[in-house]
Formats: sequence, structure tokens, C-alpha cells
Amino acid sequence: MTILYAFVGAGIVACALFMILSRNLVRVLLGLSMLATGANLLLSLVGNVRSEQPPIIAEGEQTLGQAADPLAQALVLTAIVIGFALTVVLAVLVLRAWRGERTVDSRQVESAEGLGPPQERDPANA
Amino acid sequence: MPEVLLDLLPDALPDALLVFAPVAVPFIGAVIALLLRDRPAAARIVGLLAAATLALLTLALFWRTAGGERLVGSVFGDWPKPYGIGFSAALPGAALVLVTSLVALASAIYALSDIGPRRRRAGYDALVLAMLGAVNGAFLTDDLFNLYVWFELALICALGLLTLDRRRTQIDGAIRYAAFGMLAATFILIGIGMIYGITGTLDIGRAAAALAGRPPSFASAVAAALLLGGFALKAGLFPFHLWIPASYHTAPVTVAALFAGLLTKMGFYALLLVFAGLFGVGSGGTAAAQLVPVLGVIAAATMLVCAAGALAQTDMRRLLAYHVIAQVGYMMAGLALATREGLAAAVFYMIHSIIVQANLFLGAGLIRRASGSWDMTRTGGMVRREPLFALLFAIPVLSLAGIPPLSGFWSKLIVIRESFDAGLPWLGAVALLVGLMTIVSMALFWSDACWKDPRHRQPRGRMPRSGLLAMALLSGATVAIGLMPGRLWTVAQLSARALGEIG
Repeated sequence: MTILYAFVGAGIVACALFMILSRNLVRVLLGLSMLATGANLLLSLVGNVRSEQPPIIAEGEQTLGQAADPLAQALVLTAIVIGFALTVVLAVLVLRAWRGERTVDSRQVESAEGLGPPQERDPANA
Repeated sequence: MPEVLLDLLPDALPDALLVFAPVAVPFIGAVIALLLRDRPAAARIVGLLAAATLALLTLALFWRTAGGERLVGSVFGDWPKPYGIGFSAALPGAALVLVTSLVALASAIYALSDIGPRRRRAGYDALVLAMLGAVNGAFLTDDLFNLYVWFELALICALGLLTLDRRRTQIDGAIRYAAFGMLAATFILIGIGMIYGITGTLDIGRAAAALAGRPPSFASAVAAALLLGGFALKAGLFPFHLWIPASYHTAPVTVAALFAGLLTKMGFYALLLVFAGLFGVGSGGTAAAQLVPVLGVIAAATMLVCAAGALAQTDMRRLLAYHVIAQVGYMMAGLALATREGLAAAVFYMIHSIIVQANLFLGAGLIRRASGSWDMTRTGGMVRREPLFALLFAIPVLSLAGIPPLSGFWSKLIVIRESFDAGLPWLGAVALLVGLMTIVSMALFWSDACWKDPRHRQPRGRMPRSGLLAMALLSGATVAIGLMPGRLWTVAQLSARALGEIG
């Protein structure tokens, strides 16, 4: 079961990385969002997700035993929130780029590159 | 220095409050500035006051920890130690927090003339303060996941600052910045998750002890590689460096100075913490030993590629952006030596570099104000027009080039000396060659901007006093390090020892 989870997580991450390599900014955005999903799946895997017991340490014990680790789930929750916030910010940026340039092709969204290209250093001018 | 005052101040404040202050002060300031957003004059005062308070409190914090002590702050939510999120101040974090607040103060003074009401209404003060809080949080946390959260927070604030003017170029720069930043953050997250899976804890000290107690495994190697990739991207190391010169030049220059000073160094601090602290590189740890040769190659490639990139540029901001990363290459060379002295060299370099890089961007902003162009071939004549500026600007320029007796000379000397001592003479040779390239680039920069006669008609704007004052603050710090390198070297050695003893 753990192996299956691991392979599904790896598959999602691989698909996401492939999408991030695209020139289409919307695809990059979706890829990054999917990458966060894959990372969250792998994170939750760390915390023994298969157990259905409540995470309560039995009296007289020092360790949690067979229950699912609540800390890993807290990590995933935090990571989901942060990932969502960043996805929204990037979506706004892509939307602004589309409004400004009427394209989501990253080769044509390049006004920053055009700002301050290296000038010729002409000795005759100096 | 009013030492009596400094002795009194820490006694009046309990440890926990003092450790928490570098994060709490900026965030409280950010909230107030956000509420006062529609009144730019008030927001400006809040920004300045918060930076000044921060500087005072971090000085007190540094004073308490300068002897190598670790001040344990709070564990949030009153959880007992292994469950809660640890927060503590020790070298090198405490020293970096102090330098951060120095740069913050200088940039707040500089912003008096550079950041107008429109940018303040767009939230400049709140975003800068929140970013400072995030940077300080990363320098003080003991918890791996908490470190990741501070990085994400700094990224969001940085994106807000980058798009302050909502220009097309800024949107373009910010898209690149955001995409690279999110990619790095995900790798960091997966790496941290794997460390948690191996060790069962997120506390850096406990995780380091757990890793040291077991043989290196496939999982720890993969986790180390993921963390290296993520934090190297954040630090702007080769081959993940291209997003920095693609985005820094679109930001307002005060913001670019803060980014250049703080954000790449924050990434490098995390590398130092993870590799020297968690994996024990430099103190006999084997969990990431297979990656140490790679660190040297990354350091050499970063230095060479980025110094060469800087030589090709004439736009001041892009030239300086390349130098920012080339300097991170030097720090990485210190880490790659995997010796206690190498780590100390990296810490020394980091402190020098934060001050100098921020100062250079501030200087470039003043040149732009006086000459009307970001292109250094179109500037000139500053020696005649603004002799005080030419002098103040010469200090960071010469320091970056590594001319004695300024701070850059000592930090380069230490890195190169330690690489010969540690048996990596080729890394020292690369550092020397790149030092030469930096001298050429900086000599061209200063003589273009200050020495040569202007070719084009220039606007007759005067340089604002606040800008010169901000530069004087940072230049003074550079000269002070240059004249008393021994003190900083002691701090750096104590920092290296503290990093080695985390586990």
C-alpha cells in the first residue's frame, strides 16, 4: 500500500514537472499547483496514514504506537494553505500578463528582458 | 559605543521577549502600516520607527549572544520541547539578524526619498516589514518546517514588492520569480518531509542527532539532494541562477537593495544550517558526505558564470544582480571545504556581503537619479557633481572588488586561504580568478559612473540627503569590518562552532 502511494506521488510529481517545462504560462501554473499536490501526498505518506486509530498516547506509554501521526497531517494542512496562497498569487500574475500582452506564451511575455539590454561599449564614443 | 546602555537594556528585557522581538516588531509594524496605508506620511513614520526599534533590539540580542551563548526563546503554544516549535537565538543567526536590521534601517532612510506616496499606498511599508519579519524568523527558528514557512512568507512579500508599480516588466519579472520560488519551495518541502520520515522530528538539533546516530541511507541522500536543490535555487546558485538577473532589475531600487542584501543570503543561511547543522558537514557527519564534492563544483561554476555575466552587462541593476550571485558562490566555496574554518569563512563572507550588496544597489539608485539612466555608459561625472557620493560609493565598490583594507579583501582572503589549507587549491584558484574579474567589472563601473565625463546631457537633479545618509551608514559598517576584521572573525568562528554543535 505504501509503495502504491509512493508511486502515485512520484507519478504526480513527474507529470507536474513535465507541465512546468511548458512555454504556456497557464500550464506552468497548473503544473506548479499539481507539484504541490504531489508533495502533499508524499508528506502525508510519512505519517502512517493507513491507521484509523486516534493519535492518543496510551497511559503509561511513551510512544504513539500504531496510530496515524497527527504532526504529518498538520504539516500537510499548512502546506495546502501556503500552496493555495502562492497558486493564487501566480494566477493573478499570469492574468495580468495576459491582460497586458494578450498572450500566455512565456516567449512573448518578455518585457523585463527588453529592459536594459547590454549596450555596445564603443571606444569612439567614450 | 554606549556600552552601559547596552548592558542595561538586555537586563530590562527577558530572554524570550528579546529572542522573539526581531520577528514580532516587524510584524506589529506591518499590521499598523497596513491599517495606515491610506495615509502615506504616517505609514512612512511607522516604517522608520519599526526599523529603528528593530535595530536597537537586535543589537541587544547580538550583545547577549556574541560570546557563543544560545538564548532559548519561546516554544509556541506552551508545548513541551520535543513537540513544540523551537525558537532560539545563537550565532550565526543572531549576527545575521543584526546585519539584517542594519540594512533595513538604511533602506528605510533611503526610502524617505525613493518611495513616494503612490508606492506607499500600494502597501510598501507593510510588505517590507513583513518580509523583514520572515527573514528574521528564518534566522532564528530551530524547526525545519518553520524554516519552510518563513521562506514562503518571504516569497509572497517579495512578489508584492516586486509588482509595486504594476508595470508590465514587473509582472514579467514576478512571474519568473514566483515560478522558480514555488518550484524550490516544493523541493524543500519534500526534503523536509523525508527528514521527518527518517528521524521522526522536525527540530533541527534532534534531527541532527538522530541522523548522526545512524549510517547514511538512500533516503537521507535523496533528502539532502532535494534540500540542496531547493535552497540552492533560493540562494541563486548555478545552475539555478537565471531568475535573479531576470527579475531584480524590475523592482524599485530600494526593494532591489533589500532583495540583494537579504534574500539570497537567507537561502544560503538555510544551506549552511541544513548542511553544516543537520547533516554535520564540517564536523564529521556522513549523511550528506556524497554531496560535498558537488558543492565545490557548484561554487566554482557560480563564481565563474556569474562574474562573466556581470562583465557583459551595462545596465547597473543587472550587473549588480549578477554580482550578488557571484558572491554567493564565494560563500558556497567556504561551505564546500567541509572544515570548521571553511564554515567560519562562509559566515564572515555572508555578513560582509549583505552590507555591501545592499549599499551598491542604493548607490546605483542615486546614480540613476542624478544621470537619468540605468545604463552606466550613459552616466558619468559624479566626482565633480557629487564628490561626497563618489567617495561613499567607492567604499562598497572597492570592497566588492576585494581591495584592502575593506571588508571584501578580508573575506576573500579568508576563503582563498582556507581553500588552500583544506586541500582544494583549484577552488582557491577559481576564487582568485573571479576576484580579478570582479575588480575589472567594478573598476569599469566606478570609473564609468564617477570618473568619466558624461556623454549625454543629464538632468540637474541633486542627490537627496537621506540617500547619502543611508549609504554612509552601510559604508561605515563596511569600513568598520575592514579595520577590525579580527572581531568579526571571532564571531564567525563561534558561529561555525555553534553550527557544528547543533547535532
